[in-house]
Amino acid sequence: MLRLEAVSKTFFPGTPGEVRALRSVDLELAAGSWTIVIGTNGSGKSTLQGAVAGAFTPDAGRIWIDDVEVTGQPEHARARWIGRVFQDPFAGSAPSLTVAENLALAERRGQRRGLRQLIRAGSRARWHGALAEIGLGLESRLDDPIGLLSGGQRQAITLVMASLARPRLLLLDEHTAALDPRSAELVIGLTRRIIERDGLTALMVTHSMAQAAALGDRLIAMHRGRPWLDVQGSAKRAWRAERLHELFSEMRREDRFDDATVGIVVPAYR
Amino acid sequence: MTVLLSTIALGLVLALVGYGVYLSFRVLQVPDLTVDGSFTLGAATAAALMLAGWDPFTATAIAALAGALAGLGTAVMATRLGIEGILAGILSMTALYSINLRVMGRSNLGLVGVATIFSPADALVRRLAGGPEVVLWGQAVPSDVVAQALTALVAVLAVAGILWWFLRTELGSALRAGGDNPRMIRALGVSHEWLVTLGLMLGNALVAVGGAAFAQLNAFADASMGIGIVVIGLASVIIGRALVGQAAALPVLLASVLVGSVLFRMLVAIAIRTGLEPNDLRMITAVVVLIVLVVPGLFTRLTGSTIISLRTKGGPRAAA
Repeated sequence: MLRLEAVSKTFFPGTPGEVRALRSVDLELAAGSWTIVIGTNGSGKSTLQGAVAGAFTPDAGRIWIDDVEVTGQPEHARARWIGRVFQDPFAGSAPSLTVAENLALAERRGQRRGLRQLIRAGSRARWHGALAEIGLGLESRLDDPIGLLSGGQRQAITLVMASLARPRLLLLDEHTAALDPRSAELVIGLTRRIIERDGLTALMVTHSMAQAAALGDRLIAMHRGRPWLDVQGSAKRAWRAERLHELFSEMRREDRFDDATVGIVVPAYR
Repeated sequence: MTVLLSTIALGLVLALVGYGVYLSFRVLQVPDLTVDGSFTLGAATAAALMLAGWDPFTATAIAALAGALAGLGTAVMATRLGIEGILAGILSMTALYSINLRVMGRSNLGLVGVATIFSPADALVRRLAGGPEVVLWGQAVPSDVVAQALTALVAVLAVAGILWWFLRTELGSALRAGGDNPRMIRALGVSHEWLVTLGLMLGNALVAVGGAAFAQLNAFADASMGIGIVVIGLASVIIGRALVGQAAALPVLLASVLVGSVLFRMLVAIAIRTGLEPNDLRMITAVVVLIVLVVPGLFTRLTGSTIISLRTKGGPRAAA
């Protein structure tokens, strides 16, 4: 479904601040799989999502979605396949537009925008149902500017928006990290329901070991720009939250050395 | 009465500029300084064509196209060449000064005695009134002033109506969302660059129509007539918003630009009546805009209650 072949990306190349965010990453996601990505800060987990979403063109390597090569395609061209929810709960909706207008815009993700009226008769009942599913009573606020809603409410709606025009791939980028615990729990519950109901292929980056252990059917731990651990099925289920914390301590120990030091020190001890 | 009506007519004509500025500054949230040049471009294009014998309506339509092209130039610089929006506008404005001189062939063109977009209404008013003067509330008003106010009113209401329709279409809503949140609209599959291009073209087309109408209203086009016009357009938008508040619905916001523009002209007319000269106009403009920007904030600070804050760009986002 999604395939990455030897994808590399270096930020600020040739400067002291050079970051090799992705180092020749190979990755293939099966249709209908739900992959959780974890990793320390700067491990490349968000860069991986950026490469898939088209936020930048990789320095090397190629990317396919459904056997269509998208490597050089800009973000908006890939949007026809990809539904996204960002870490910033305000990033996924347009504040001065109403809830209904935001939903209507999302419903036409990846399609041509013409001169027909955005809000048409008949769509409201559908949105009403989709919002009622969240369980926050948001269905009564279809005509309020979405900027009046809280971060948790907006993130829940963004998730509904991402699933409206059924995406081939759902990208979730630490989408509960900026929420209060109650909202985070609600959004995670909704995420699970939507992914399971629609059988979506999802790539979810998270900071939460509890989420990483409890959700998904495949787990990838990124470290220094590459997948360091990649397990699925019963092997994935064996990774409980405590064991993931241990893995993190190990990865962080290595993080204390910079790239160059690891390059010199590690081979010397082999 | 005559003074009042011509003030209103001028306010309505400049409301067209207000709508252009509304599209770029408010909807798209791109500070577009092309406006100073495209206003004159509209005036120059229409005046040159009309002196060459063109019909005033066709000439005004071509002026709109010229304005759209100017907006396209700025958009290409801003979206394809990676130049900061403000600088792209300044470059366009600077280049347009020379282009406008080329279009006119000299630094100003007179339009006295040339048929304008106001002429058909003038003929109609004369026929209805049976002479060159109309009696309104007991005062005689020249028919051309009445015709100007009527034509401008019809034109501005038509533009406001079209904008109200357009901004609720799929494309127009994408434009509003793009100004609000570029990242979101990209993730929904619309090129933000394309939206900026579209918005700047539409905005500058409206500004150019405003310039063409202004030239026909005053019977001249001048190479320097556009200086500071962006602030005048902004004044309409800002005064209008001060009247209706930050979170007003779209039709109210659109109406507020019209009301803001007429109100601003009246403030200027009053200022000139109290002894200031037309040469002080731009100083008056700047002071009025400053007052409207600062007073709501002061009010909040002094009384502790919020009415409206105009300095927070984006409004609802800041409140979220």
